[in-house]
Parts: sequence; C-alpha cells; structure tokens
Amino acid sequence: MRIKCPYCGERDSQELSFLGQADLVRPDPDGTDAQQAFHDYVHIRPNPAGVNRELWLHAHGCRSWIIVERNTLTHAISSVEYASPRFREKAQ
Amino acid sequence: MKYSIFSLIHQAFRQQQDWKPAWREPEPKREYDIIIIGGGGHGLATAYYLAKEHGLRNIAVVEKGYIGGGSVGRNTTIVRSNYQEPGNIPFYEWSLKLWEGLEQDFNYNAMMSQRGVLNLYHSDSQRDEYARRGNAMMMHGVKADLLDRDGVRALVPFLDFENGRFPIQGGLLQKRGGTARHDAVAWGFARGADSRGVDILQNTEVKQIRVENGRTIGVETNRGFIAAKKIGLAAAGNTTRVAETAGLRLPIESYVLQAFVTEAIKPLIPCVVTFGGGHFYISQSDKGGLVFGASLDGYTSYAARGNLPGVEDTIEEAMAIMPGISRVRLLRHWGGIMDMSMDGSPIIDKTHIDGLYLNCGWCYGGFKATPGSGWCFAHLIATNETHPNAKALRLDRFATGHVIDESGTGAQPNLH
Ligand SMILES: Cc1cc2nc3c(=O)[nH]c(=O)nc-3n(C[C@H](O)[C@H](O)[C@H](O)COP(=O)(O)OP(=O)(O)OC[C@H]3O[C@@H](n4cnc5c(N)ncnc54)[C@H](O)[C@@H]3O)c2cc1C
Ligand SMILES: [Zn+2]
Repeated sequence: MRIKCPYCGERDSQELSFLGQADLVRPDPDGTDAQQAFHDYVHIRPNPAGVNRELWLHAHGCRSWIIVERNTLTHAISSVEYASPRFREKAQ
Repeated sequence: MKYSIFSLIHQAFRQQQDWKPAWREPEPKREYDIIIIGGGGHGLATAYYLAKEHGLRNIAVVEKGYIGGGSVGRNTTIVRSNYQEPGNIPFYEWSLKLWEGLEQDFNYNAMMSQRGVLNLYHSDSQRDEYARRGNAMMMHGVKADLLDRDGVRALVPFLDFENGRFPIQGGLLQKRGGTARHDAVAWGFARGADSRGVDILQNTEVKQIRVENGRTIGVETNRGFIAAKKIGLAAAGNTTRVAETAGLRLPIESYVLQAFVTEAIKPLIPCVVTFGGGHFYISQSDKGGLVFGASLDGYTSYAARGNLPGVEDTIEEAMAIMPGISRVRLLRHWGGIMDMSMDGSPIIDKTHIDGLYLNCGWCYGGFKATPGSGWCFAHLIATNETHPNAKALRLDRFATGHVIDESGTGAQPNLH
C-alpha cells in the first residue's frame, strides 16, 4: 500500500502510522448527555466495509496529520488531504 | 456413525467406501427456535452445546460461505489460558478444560496437543511482568512455570540466546497449552451438532436481522426469510456489518491478521514459542511445517489478505529468535479478519433488542476460546442468564468503565 502524502508525495505506508477513524468530534463535557456522548466518542466506530475516512500520521516523513479515504475491502485509496483545515487551504 | 477403532477396521475392509458425510445439507425450514449467524468455531460450538447440554433441537446455523472458511480455519491454532486480568482468566481456563475433554466429548480427532506454550522474556522488567502474570494465573488455580535461561535452553536449545538486541533471559511456560487442528474443530462441532438435529445451512448469507417492536423475528437471507425468536450473532470479523442491520453500533473495528506456513522439516520446535521483543508466535505442525504469525496489519480491513510490510515484520521477528530457520521456504500465507474490540477482550452478552444475543470481539485470541465461548453463549441463549465464567465479558463495560485491557493500550484496537 502506498499513500500519497500532500507534502512529500507518494510514500510506502510503512512511513505512516494509523490512528483510526477521522472526523470524530470531541463532545461537550458540559452537555447533558456527556456521559453517553463520550462513551460513543471513545468506543463506538462505524467500521464500514467500503470507503472510510481515516487519520494517518506521516511519522517518518513530514510529520503531517492527513486524512486518507480508503476502501477497507480493497485497500484502494481514493483521496488524501491534510487533516488541518489551515493546511488544506494553503495547499489549494 | 460413531468413529472408533472398529469403524476404522470396518472401513478398511470396504475400501473406505462406506463413510457417510459428516453432516447433512438440509433445506432451510421456515422457522427455527434459535438461529446462530456464522458457522465459524464459535457458532458451531454454540449450536453443539445448545443441543447437547440444553436439549434444544430446533436450531439452525446460518453460514454465508462454507463452514471452516472463516478465521476458525485460518488461525495459528494456539490454545492456552495464560491470561492476567481477573475477568479473563476464569473464562479461558474453563475453555482450556473443555479442550482437554473435547475429542472424547464430540467423538472427533481434533489433534489437540498439549505441547506447552512458552513466552520468552528478554529483560529484567519483562521477567517481572511475566512473574506477575504467572502469579495471577496461579491465584486462579492455573499452573505456570517461570523458567530461567537454562530452563529455556533445555527445552529449545536452537534459539538465538545471545541476540544483541533481544537476548533471551528465560520464559513463562504453560505446560497445558498447545495446539489443535483448527478445521477439525469446526468439523467436529458441526458433526456433533448435526447429529443432534441442528441444521447447518451453508451458502446462506444473512442480509438483515429483522426486528419488530424491539424483538427479533428472524433473518432475511439470500434463500429467503427464516423466522426465529432467538438469534445468536457469531460472525467474528463481520460482526458490525451484520449488527448494523439491526441498528446496533458496537465498540469494534475489523483488521486483517496474517499467518504463514513453511515447507515441512524434521521435528524441531517441541512447543509453542512466543517472542517477547515484539509479537511473534511459532509452532510446528504434525506434518512438519512451521506455523507462525505476528501482529495485525495496522489499519482496518475487510480484505482477507495482508500486505507485504506485515510479512517483512513477521520474518524479522522470526530471525530475532530463530536465525536457524532463515533458509526454510515459505509455502503459503493468508489473512483473516479480526473483530478487534476496544479493550482487546471479547463480548458475550444480550443486547437491547429482545432475543438478539452477541458473541464477538475475539480479536486474535478466539480460537482457544472456541469451546468456552460456545458453552457460555449457549448458556446465555438457552437460559437468558450470563454464565458465571463469562460475567465480566459484558457489552456495557465500556460505558461503566470496567474494561478488560490485558495489554494496557487503551481504546486503540490496532495496538491490542
Ligand atoms: C491469522 C490468524 C491467526 C490466529 N491465531 C490464533 C491463535 O493462534 N489462537 C487463537 O486462540 N486465536 C487465533 N486467531 C483468532 C481466531 O481464529 C478467531 O478469533 C476465531 O476463529 C473467531 O471466531 P469464529 O471461529 O467463530 O470465526 P469465523 O470462523 O470467522 O466465523 C465467523 C463466520 O461468520 C460468517 N458470516 C459472516 N457474516 C455472515 C452473514 N452475514 N451471514 C452468515 N454468515 C456470516 C463467516 O463467513 C464466518 O464463517 C487467529 C486468527 C487469524 C486470522
Ligand atoms: Zn509527508
């Protein structure tokens, strides 16, 4: 598997480390349903069989956090972008 | 037909022509009392114990492929109960006790071999950790032996004891651990269940679990709707895919794990050996092939095949303890899908849907759990009560904070 880092270009997946599901939003600790919301945030995952959005760190490269859209059935990667919105804008 | 020395002799005189298929290929009935989804080790064991221990007969095991085609036929066959967490030890020890009587119980040769499982340690702190694990085991009545370097040398002299980075200082040995022939385990349970009236429906994929007014009413399959009031889900790596058809969201992610087998060589490795510097385990099959594996490929996957970094990593670990096997050729390698739970421990529990029971989260360790899991899951389905040995394996432990995290890595399934 190769991943095309937006900064470094195409790299072997071994240079990167996988964190997991992207787009998880940390709940409001003062919310009324905080207990349940934090349980879901920490433990519950969609785990789709198909295209998923996930966070990878280019640990042995530029050290950017990136969001990779990858098909869990085929390992095919359809898109890669910076995780940080600030970097995403800059890259455009 | 009961298998015995007499049936063997009898068949020998008939050119082996009279053997009957070990299970039937029935047409699905319209309705069963209980449907088990998934004809892996756990599903088949559950059906077997439901029939044998609870006297229930009107049961179907629904399998989308062929039985034994999932992880039950893909694992590295290691059986042990050397766990450390109080919630896990009684369960895995009960499972090991069942293994010890399994072949007589289901009248099938599963080639259970209690050749011992040896976990190597490579540093003082790791020795202390293993001593602690051994003590935890012994407090639950499970024997463990802490070996020093000479003790390990006597057992497996061919290891690289002086490895510069991972010198071998000793090991923790569970003598009652060992290996079993994995697909024979599936076949033995299948035959035992079938002969007691359980229908094993192969090539039958559950497309949806149907729920009405908070109760299960049956499953939609590629062969039509099959009704059942009780449904046990034992679909291992595909758990979340099936569960989401009933609206369940689970603390599980699916990953691929690879396994390897080499060409056959003369008897070399007398027990299961695991490497403490990483995560690598190896044993030798009765045919002579070396069977081994290491960690997950580090990302979620439903592809039952791995990638090359996983291969490289595994081989590197092998070379760190057994450079002597570097010229042995690999015959085959393959992958299986793991249902990795958020704390690395399994779940046997009811769900918020009446009649829907859950058996999942087995991670890399579900083969050894097969009989114990089937036993406890059957108990839960038949009586609606949690079996005492599985009382910690609850679904709500993630909400209550009673997680069972053997490796202490937190809610990061690829690290368990
Ligand atoms: C490479 C590898 C090495 C391993 N090594 C070990 C080891 O040494 N020791 C150990 O204890 N454990 C080991 N394991 C883990 C162990 O194999 C699994 O945890 C265990 O087999 C899972 O339970 P099972 O046997 O019921 O799963 P499976 O055999 O995977 O059974 C699940 C079944 O459900 C079926 N299914 C899925 N979806 C549907 C559907 N919609 N409808 C109908 N059927 C469906 C699948 O086809 C499958 O047959 C290993 C696993 C792998 C992959
Ligand atoms: Zn980069």
